[in-house]
This record gives sequence, structure tokens and C-alpha cells, in this order.
Amino acid sequence: MPNFTLYINGEKRQINVDSSTPVLWVLRDELKLTGTKYGCGRGLCGACTVHINGEATRSCITAVDTVNGEEITTIEGLQQGDIFHPVQKAWMAEDVPQCGYCQSGQIMTAAALLARKPDPADEDIDAAMKMNICRCGTYQRIRKAVHHAAGEIKRG
Amino acid sequence: MADKTVINRRDFIKTATAAGAGLVIGFHLPFRNRLQAASVGLQSSFAPNAWIIVRPDNQVIFKVTKSEMGQGVWTSLPMIIAEEMDLDWSTIKVEQALESDGTGGSRSIRGLWKPLRKAGAKAKDMLLEAAAQEWQVEKNECVAENGMIKHKPTGKKFKYGDLAIAASKLPVPDKVSLKNPSDFKIIGTDALRTDTPLKINGRAQFAMDVNLDGMVYAFVVRCPIFGGTFKSMDTRKAMAINGALDIFEVSNGVAVVGSTTWAALQARKALDITWDKGTTADLNSDSIAEFLRKQGRKRAAKGRNDGNPKRALKNAKTVVEAVYQVPFQAHATMEPMNCVVDVQPDRCRLWAPTQSPGDARKQAAKITGLPKDKVEVNVTFLGGGFGRRAFNDFIGDALEVSYRMKKPVKLIWMREDDMRHDYYRPASRHIMAGGLSSDGKLEVWTHRVVAPSILFGQMFKYPVPLKDKLDIVALEGAKNIAYAIPNIRVEYKSANTAVPVGWWRSVYDSQNAYANECFIDELAESAGQDPLQFRLTYLADSPRDTQVLKMAAKKVNWGEKLSAGRFQGLACHASFKSHVAQVAEVSVNNRGMIQVHRVVCTIDCGQVVNPSIVRSQIESAIVYGLSAALKGKITIENGGVVQGNFHEFEVLRFHEMPKIEVYIVKSDEHPGGVGEPGLPPIAPAVANAVFAATGKRIRKLPIKAEDLKS
Repeated sequence: MPNFTLYINGEKRQINVDSSTPVLWVLRDELKLTGTKYGCGRGLCGACTVHINGEATRSCITAVDTVNGEEITTIEGLQQGDIFHPVQKAWMAEDVPQCGYCQSGQIMTAAALLARKPDPADEDIDAAMKMNICRCGTYQRIRKAVHHAAGEIKRG
Repeated sequence: MADKTVINRRDFIKTATAAGAGLVIGFHLPFRNRLQAASVGLQSSFAPNAWIIVRPDNQVIFKVTKSEMGQGVWTSLPMIIAEEMDLDWSTIKVEQALESDGTGGSRSIRGLWKPLRKAGAKAKDMLLEAAAQEWQVEKNECVAENGMIKHKPTGKKFKYGDLAIAASKLPVPDKVSLKNPSDFKIIGTDALRTDTPLKINGRAQFAMDVNLDGMVYAFVVRCPIFGGTFKSMDTRKAMAINGALDIFEVSNGVAVVGSTTWAALQARKALDITWDKGTTADLNSDSIAEFLRKQGRKRAAKGRNDGNPKRALKNAKTVVEAVYQVPFQAHATMEPMNCVVDVQPDRCRLWAPTQSPGDARKQAAKITGLPKDKVEVNVTFLGGGFGRRAFNDFIGDALEVSYRMKKPVKLIWMREDDMRHDYYRPASRHIMAGGLSSDGKLEVWTHRVVAPSILFGQMFKYPVPLKDKLDIVALEGAKNIAYAIPNIRVEYKSANTAVPVGWWRSVYDSQNAYANECFIDELAESAGQDPLQFRLTYLADSPRDTQVLKMAAKKVNWGEKLSAGRFQGLACHASFKSHVAQVAEVSVNNRGMIQVHRVVCTIDCGQVVNPSIVRSQIESAIVYGLSAALKGKITIENGGVVQGNFHEFEVLRFHEMPKIEVYIVKSDEHPGGVGEPGLPPIAPAVANAVFAATGKRIRKLPIKAEDLKS
């Protein structure tokens, strides 16, 4: 089986898998990074969102051979040691999650948005977050938390 | 391990001392059958199904016996015991109990409110007694405060942990007094959820996240036709896939096993199965609608009969009639069904996202032939439940595969499996009639519910003929309408099909409230009265419904002019012992596109444990209900479900979210349910608002643009 090199959460990882394997299953089955979730397998729900070279990407429809040598950040790598990312802090302050299953994806999408647009308007938040489904309906708290995180980033 | 047991008529409480364990309080919290659960507990040394442990090192552990599926039991239940025990909330550690109870029916808090309070009060009393003995003082000179016992006259203090061993040797008191709600310090606060820190960095463990040594990965392919069965297959191409391990028939279809998820998935795609289509392969949504229509004309079972509805309808000045139709709905939890199982010769372990762990154990014992006490059921976090996970079909799949492979198995349903093999909210048809007197008084109300029965249907497989038996569950929210009308008749007619049906958040209350609350609006219009005033007239005997309705109306300044293009509709409904009113504010453009801008919700759910969780549950129920009212539905073609994924079964997304305001009535009443009661009013509130905007009555869900185009 072909060999791939990925830089995952700052670590160089060598993986031998079928080249069509989606990054989602490489993370979950090969690397046991289970924070990234399977929701639909077709890029429709956003539960599998990770950052590839900083961009929010659906790992369930991204074959490993298309990202050889690239940098991938998963929910496990969002915090720096014990220091939470501002989005994670905001998520805790607003007590966003309910069942929690979609939240890794929600947080990764929000973090990528804020990296790109540190002070997003509601329309920017709509455009980014509508890619991620939450069946528990945490949307209202997510909006508050994204604004909360933006405020924190602004203050430094 | 030495046990002390005290059983009285109402509850069961037990302490145990084990070397270094400290004070351990267990208490049985049976879901359905109190006696049965208590006797199971008695024969085991110490395996009560809910407990709190005060360790000598001051660690306090609360074991949650309900499945955490987002509704907040990991927070609200420990808050109740912490309150009565005067625990330091910040030190409490929450874990899932190994032996969990069934979860559903918005029952967790309302069922555990008293047992948890009593257990907490008894534990506190024992700690007080232990301190008094240690200091050789009167117990009434001691007080409990924030995880400590204090001797008032001297100011001496013990941490609970210091007393844990001594307290565990004391008898459990028979009677204790509970706190006065005005003294609550923890109950009633917006304490942050204890599971949130686990859910923001991927640490929360769902069943699919469990990895075992030597584990294989499996899918079970089901027949796309309900009632169809396996006939034959060609496995050559599938087994040629790198990593394909085995393919074999199981009870629910064909299992495909691989060395990784992807290998199993590729093998599955290459597998060629021939199905025996069975007798229901021609079933489709139109034929089901026609079947419901026909059933609706037949004699139905009486659920309620007040006065003489027949005569009252004959004598009415105006008779209003309407038929409302509701489609099948999928649960579509974000986490598809899945389960990790390790069947070994002498024991079986399961990691399951289930609302019914007791049934999972039974299934495991049956499939493996092991005694039940050799089965360990670990309830993980549930990635949404909404009633779907009361059914354990996915667990059976995993058990059969692990048993056959003699290996640990991770079994995952693809989203398409999950959507096409759900236990759907029953499709239903509601035949309504109402009669008004010449002065516009509502004299009579009749409601015939025509729907598949969950209880007498194929909850346990395929249709069981139901000969005019009354399914009382199907009339929940229909039979018990709050409106005081002199003549009422409510009936049920079964309409079972091959489509499996099950509990779907708020169950039949969702369909029945939609019919009730749209129809009362139609009657108000016929009577020439304001929908709010009309409702209030007939709610005179229902103070709690009246209060939430008036409060909601006040919050939106009901009846006052709205900004251009905005329209409001209201609805109220009581379910699961809570009373809810909602006002939806919508706009409809000339292409028929509906936007819900704002929803105001008032709820009287009795004593509130955690208002923040109540608000989030209401938001959640509204979003779930809006998806069903405005977005997707499940349709049937060629005997199976058409929709497979979120592009075909649409759900409410972020940008479609209305602003939701929740107002909670202050109340000392026994707690009511919270997970479900927020759902039933949303569809009728929106439908009534759409009527206000367009003049079109909405008698079919979901509301679609093509039905509204002007």
C-alpha cells in the first residue's frame, strides 16, 4: 500500500493506506484521533471538519492522496498544550454543546472563519456556519460564542 | 464488602463500605418496574444503579444513571443531590454509571427529583451524625455547608471526605427532612454543564470512538425494502478488496467485515446482493396516504366522549371541518447508529449509545448465550437520541458480528443506513370537526387520529394487526386537550404499514398538537374572534396554560402592529407535565419562501433545576420541530425510504435559525419534563403565522413554498 506523509497537529506522521482512503478514516482508524466525527460521508454536515493548511475542509470527502505532505489540524490540535483556543474558551463560556457530536466540526469551522476574518459580521458567520449541521439546535449559542471569541481575539 | 440495606415502601437506599471506598450511597431508580429493579439490586453485593461516592480524599463522584444525549442529565441530576447534600459543586466529578437506566419520555428529572433529594439528604444526615460522634457533641449543634460539617459553637470543621469512612458505618436514616426551596443554593442556578469541557476538544467518548485491540470494522447491509429478506449474494468482487475479511448473513441483512472502516466500506460497495422483496415492495407514499384516508372512514376506537358530540354538531350554527396530514420523519441524529462489542467465551462487553441499556443486555445474553451478569453495557455519550436510541437494532448487528468473528467489532451505520432504517415518527391524518353556536361559542370538538401505532405496531418488528384496539399513546395531546368544551369526542384508528415507527421527540404530541392548535385557530377565525382571546376563553379551567399563553402574548405585544411584512401565529400545548406557549413571527415572500424571524416561548415546567439547560432544551426542541415543519420529510417508494442523506432530507441550518427567546415561569410545582415539551407548539405556531401572512391554511407538513406561491 502506498505511503503518505502528513503533518498532523505539528507532528510528522507516515501512513500506509489505500490511496482513496478519506482523511477522516486515516485520522480515526489509523491515528486514533477520534475527535473528528463521521456524520454523512458526503461533505454535507460538517461533523468531520479539520483544517488543511489552515482551511476548513471536509475530511470525509478528502482522499489522503490529495493531501500528501500537507499540514492538518484536528480538534485535538487546536489548543496549544493547556491553553485553549479562543473559540474553545468561548464555547465553554457560552456552554454551547448539547450532545456534542457535531461540536468538533463546528469549532473547527468557527476557528478557520476567525483566522480569516477576526471580526466577522453576522452574515459572515451565517456563510461559514451554515456548512455545519447541529440536530440539537445549538445554533443560537454558537453565534454568541463566535462573537465572544472574536471579542477575545480582538483584545488579544 | 459489607452492606447495610434499608428498604421502605417508597425507595431503596443502601450504603457500602469497602476498604478505602468511603461513603457510598446507592439507591434504586427504576425506570418502569420498581419492584423488579429493587429485587435485582438486593441479590448483588453492591451494584445499585445510581450512587454517589464520597472518598476519604474528598473526591466526590456522582454516577449518572441516565443516558446523556445532550439533554443535560450529567449536570442537572448531580445538581439535585449536591443541593440536598450541601456539596461543594466545584469538587463534584461526574461519571456514567455502569448500570444505567432507560432514558426517555422527558422523565429523568421529574422521576428522580424526589429519590435524589432524599438520598442526598440522607447522606448529609449521616455525615452530620458522624461528625457529632467524632466531636462527641449534639448533632443539632452541627451544620452542613459547602462540603463541610461545621460545629457551630466552636467553629470546628470537617471536610466530607474526613467523615466518609465513619459515616459509611452508620445506619441509613429512615426519615429526613428536605430543604425548603427558598434555601436552594445550587438548584435554580445556571451552573455550567459538566460535559462541556469534554466536548470542546474531542475528548468526549462516543461509542464510535472506542478502540479495542484486534478490533475489526463492520457494516450490515439491510434490504432496502421493509419486509424484504436476503436471498443470495455474489461476494467475489467484494472479497477481492484489500482488507475485506468476511461477508455473511445476519438477522438484519448481510454483514461486511473489514480490517478498517474504509476497507469494509469498499467491500460493501462491491458486494452484489439479491433480495427477496417480500409482500410490501409496492408500498409508496401515495398508497400510504390513501390507506390512511380509507382507514379514517372506518369505525374508530373511542378515546374520549364528553356530552353528545354528534347531536352538538347537528345543532351547531356553524360547523368547521378540516383534515391535517403529517408525514413520516426520521430522527437523523448527528451520530449515526453504531456500537462496539467484544464477545468473548466467558463475557461480553458493549459500548453503546443507547437509551435502553437493559434491553441491550438482554439482547447480548440471547445472542451470545452468556448469562446476563456476564454482559457489561457501557453507555457512552449519545450523539443525539430523540427517541431513536430506545431501539437497539444496531446493537444486535454488532453482537452477531462479534460473536461470529470471535473478535471485537466496531459496527457503524452509514448515514444512508441510518436514514433508511429508522423507526420513524408515524405519518398521521387528523380528521377534525368543530361546531359554533350562533353567538360564536365553541360547543363541540371532534378529533379522529389515524396513524400507525407504535405500541401495537411493529415496534418489535413487522405489522401486528390491531383490530380497533385503542392505542392510548397515539392520543397523547389529543385526548387531553386543555380546552373546556361541553362536547368532545376523540378517536383513534390504526393504520399500520410496513414502515417501522417509533418514538420521535415528543411522540404523538407533535402531530396532535399541530392538528389541535391549527384547528383552534380556524375555529377562532370562524367565530370572528382573536386567536388569543378565543383560546383563553376555553382555558379558564387551566391556570398554568392560561399563564404561559398570556405571558407569551405579553412578551410579543400580541395584537399590536408589527413591522411591514411580519406576521405572528401562536400555539400552546401541555405535554410531559409541562405547559408551553409559543409565538412565531414570520415573513413569506412572493415565491412562497418562509422565514421564521423570531420565536418567543414561555414554559411552566414546575421547579427548575438549571434554567440555562431548560433554555437550551427549548431552543433544541424548536429547531428540531422547525426542521420537521419546514424542511425534510421521509417518503416511501418501492417499499423503502427514498431519502438517504442530508441533501435529500434537509434539516434547519445555521442561517435559518430564528431568534429564540425563552421565558420560564417561576414555580414550586413538581418538575415537569423539558426535553420534549418545547416541540409540539412550534409547527402550529408557524402554520398559524403563515396563515396570517398568506390567508392560506396549512393542513399538510412540511410547509412548502410551492403550496404558498401567490
